[in-house]
Formats: sequence, structure tokens, C-alpha cells
Amino acid sequence: MTTLLWASATAILVMAFVCLWRADAGPTVLDRILAVNVAGTKTLVVLVMLATIAGHAFLIDVAIVYGLLHFVITLAATRFIESGRLGAAGPDAGEAAP
Amino acid sequence: MSVVLDLLSVALLFVGLAFLAGGTLGLVRLPDVFSRAHAASKCDSVGAGSILLAMALQGGLAFGDLKVVLLVLLILVSAPTTAHALARAGFRTGLKPWTLDSEERS
Repeated sequence: MTTLLWASATAILVMAFVCLWRADAGPTVLDRILAVNVAGTKTLVVLVMLATIAGHAFLIDVAIVYGLLHFVITLAATRFIESGRLGAAGPDAGEAAP
Repeated sequence: MSVVLDLLSVALLFVGLAFLAGGTLGLVRLPDVFSRAHAASKCDSVGAGSILLAMALQGGLAFGDLKVVLLVLLILVSAPTTAHALARAGFRTGLKPWTLDSEERS
């Protein structure tokens, strides 16, 4: 079982590196954000797998913080690209001209 | 009981690996950012979610596995939200979705 888990974790890491190819080659900046987001989710999965395999329970807390950070960072970056600013100050916030 | 949990866990692990592989393939091969976000959100929610559930079953349903279930809930909320925010940003900044017509014209 442990061998299967190590093999799965290695396969997921290989997939994360394949996602980083898209982050390098993506034609728009949104492709790069998407690729880094997917690679981050795979890293989160690998962290939880390591916590299960090696028995380090604190890695689950690290994974939770990692997931929350990725969520907030991706939302902030897409909002910044969409409207040119962060936050919702101003009467027409989030309603940038198309 | 332990054998049943192990079998369920391995099945969830393989489902998750298949979804992660498909999502990675879609991220590399699909033509524009909307379809890539579509593939990647499936990859995130189903693939990562089922692998995390498999890890929670591996832990033997202890109390600490509640945190893994919490992480699954976080991913189930965050992956569609991320995909929607990306697609909205792309649409509002003027990216045109890929169609067969645009392929033939170019």
C-alpha cells in the first residue's frame, strides 16, 4: 500500500510539472494563473499524501493554509486583471467596461 | 472492515488519478483559456477531492481526518469559484472563445 501511495504521489508531481509547462508557454496571463493554480492544487494533494504516508500530521495544517492562500491569491489576481484594481472601493467597483 | 476501507480508498485513489491526468491533458492540449479553465476545474474538484477522501479513509477514520474532509469542502468551494473568476476576467478583457470558425479562418 505504501508503495502504491509513493507511486501515486510521484505521478501527481510529474503532472504538476507538466502544468508548469503551460505556465511558461501560455499565450495570455490568465493561462499562467490557471496553470499555477492547478499545480498548487496538485502540490496540496501531495502534501496530504505525505502526511498520510510518513505520519506527519502537521502537514495537513500546512495543506489547509496552502489551499486558502491559493484561493485568495487567484481571486485577487483575476479581479485585478479584470478591473485594473484590487478591492471594491468606489461606486462602480467590479463593473469595468468590457 | 479494514479490507473494505482499503478497497474503497484504492478505488477513490485511481478515480482521482484518472481525473488529474485528464485535467492535465486538457490544460496542455485545449485551444483557449475558457476550455482550459473548464478542464482544470474538473481536475481540481473531482480529482483532488477524491484523492483527499482516499487519504482520509487511509487514516482509518480518526479525528484528524476531519481536517482532510474540511480541505475537501474547501476545494469543492474554491475550484468552481476560481474557474468562474478566470472565465469572467477573460471575457471582460475581450478574449474571444475558440470556435471551429475561428480555426478555419486563421
